[in-house]
Amino acid sequence: MSPTFLIFQLLNGITFAALLFLLASGFTLIFGLMRVVSLAHGAFYLVGGYIGLTVIRATGNFFIGMIVAAVAIGLLGLAIERGLLRFVRGEELRQVLLTIGLAFIMADMSLVIWGGDPVSIPAPDFLRTSFTVGDLTYPKYRLFVVLVGGLVAAVLWFLQNKTRLGAIIRAGVDDIEMVDALGIDIKLVFSGVFLVGAALAGLTGVMGGAFLSLYPGADSEILLLGLVVVIIGGMGSLEGAVVGSLVVGLLDTFGKAFFPELAYFTIFGPMAIMLALRPSGLFGRIK
Amino acid sequence: MSERWGKLILVLVLLALAVAIPYLTTSFYVNLFTEVLIFGLLAMSIDILAGYTGLTSMGHAGIFGVSAYVVGYTLTKTTLPLEFALSLGIVASILTAALFAIIAIRTTGVYFLMVTLAEGMIVWGIAYRWASVTGAENGIRGVPRPLFVHEYWQFFYLVLVVFVILSAILYRLVNSPFGLTLKGIRESESRMRTLGYNTALHKFIGFTMTGFFAGTAGALYALYNGFVSPSAVEFAKSAEEVLMVIVGGVGTLFGGVVGAAVIIFTRNIVSLYTSRWPTIMGLIFVVTILFARNGLLGAVRSLFERIVQARRGRIESTEEVVTEGTESIEKRGAATHLEN
Repeated sequence: MSPTFLIFQLLNGITFAALLFLLASGFTLIFGLMRVVSLAHGAFYLVGGYIGLTVIRATGNFFIGMIVAAVAIGLLGLAIERGLLRFVRGEELRQVLLTIGLAFIMADMSLVIWGGDPVSIPAPDFLRTSFTVGDLTYPKYRLFVVLVGGLVAAVLWFLQNKTRLGAIIRAGVDDIEMVDALGIDIKLVFSGVFLVGAALAGLTGVMGGAFLSLYPGADSEILLLGLVVVIIGGMGSLEGAVVGSLVVGLLDTFGKAFFPELAYFTIFGPMAIMLALRPSGLFGRIK
Repeated sequence: MSERWGKLILVLVLLALAVAIPYLTTSFYVNLFTEVLIFGLLAMSIDILAGYTGLTSMGHAGIFGVSAYVVGYTLTKTTLPLEFALSLGIVASILTAALFAIIAIRTTGVYFLMVTLAEGMIVWGIAYRWASVTGAENGIRGVPRPLFVHEYWQFFYLVLVVFVILSAILYRLVNSPFGLTLKGIRESESRMRTLGYNTALHKFIGFTMTGFFAGTAGALYALYNGFVSPSAVEFAKSAEEVLMVIVGGVGTLFGGVVGAAVIIFTRNIVSLYTSRWPTIMGLIFVVTILFARNGLLGAVRSLFERIVQARRGRIESTEEVVTEGTESIEKRGAATHLEN
């Protein structure tokens, strides 16, 4: 076990964590405010990736693909929130089951449109090369993922803690009726948050498609890891999503490297311990 | 008293019909009915948690699959006898359910659903990656069916006998003091705790027991299908089984069997014309959640009640025709919302 190998795996873990964070941040944002567990997030990821792929193939520009995917999935999320979720507001279980149904429809439709073969999104040219430090060679694109993850984390943190919108969202997490009574259109905020959460999942799909590839079933795999991230980090917490992503990203990467046959089992243990000690997760609120 | 006799007669008629199935139809449909009974058993085990305890499990395909895999592996890779293989499979499922329960019962509502979903996915992950035992995506092929139930109709009767015995046990269970305690936990766990009930222990035992029923269904499935693959334990299967419970009506126990019949027959009819079953399943999910709040059976029943009442000339608003199913699911929805 050379140190280069360990550093390589460590970097893989961190880049994967950044990707998981991008997905989980939207998920946890939506849950924190709206109490909606969006199990459609895996499908948002997959469809977003495929849309990005189509756009990138047509335009040859990775960044246009990212933006189009985010906007398209954001609008899809908005349509779902306005058109369907609205009718079961306040009923947590029905909302979850509804998003499961939608996830199946989206995943199956993407199988029809984009086929069942695994496809990779080509990374932008200037990121397609690797850099070398000592005897370690590492693809630049993966560091780009970390950069985007960090940027999104910073922007979300700023929005949540330093802006009026963030104050409304934080207040909504605590007491929705009160916010409503103060004359703030909380339903508009709901829609906005769902749109942003879905858009982030779509964006993640393009980012992930360039190093994990897209295939039927990728949606539920990433959803599982996203769920474990928020279970460990605490539902509704941005800090929790950061820490949870790092824990899951590193464990999953090292687990796959050392025990390839029992890969998922390595994230099971920490999840179990977390639920035993702190059922609400590291940064979750105790209800 | 007359209602009781009515129920008994209904059960006897259904039983007679079930016994007559192999005489009335072709092997294709007999096999479908076999599948309905196997998955109906699994759906009822999920309903013990979802309907009676208020905990919706999205990981029961995992518990079911553990037994199917253990039975498949034991029968193909070892020379151990059938009884031993089946017992081993069921015990493995019970242990899996106990392990799932220890972790999941600390949570309620959507958290419970998420945790059980993750647990079920982990079983899928192991089935998919532990190639030396599970055969990865190829699965375990050629699980032999014992000679005495080799013909499709013989196997149907075996499954029918197991089904009748286990559903009688389940019926007894939900109407026992234990079952009533579970219902009490569903309505208000804090109140039950105040009354001195060890609610965590009740939930743990309830969950672990479902492992027995799901495990038996899994063992039968391995023999029925002769083939076990990761697709038997994937998330879509867990969701499909929960859908069976929802379609049949949450908290009605036998509704799960009706739901299983609806889903399995629909899937077979749909697959004659298109391979878009997941889309159809998703649509059934959405439509049931939005329009049939207490399942298709509940919807049919309230429609029926409305017609009867309209005939009597007392047309009431739909809100007043509340069946038991709606009441509990709405209360639960409201309760989980408030608790959060």
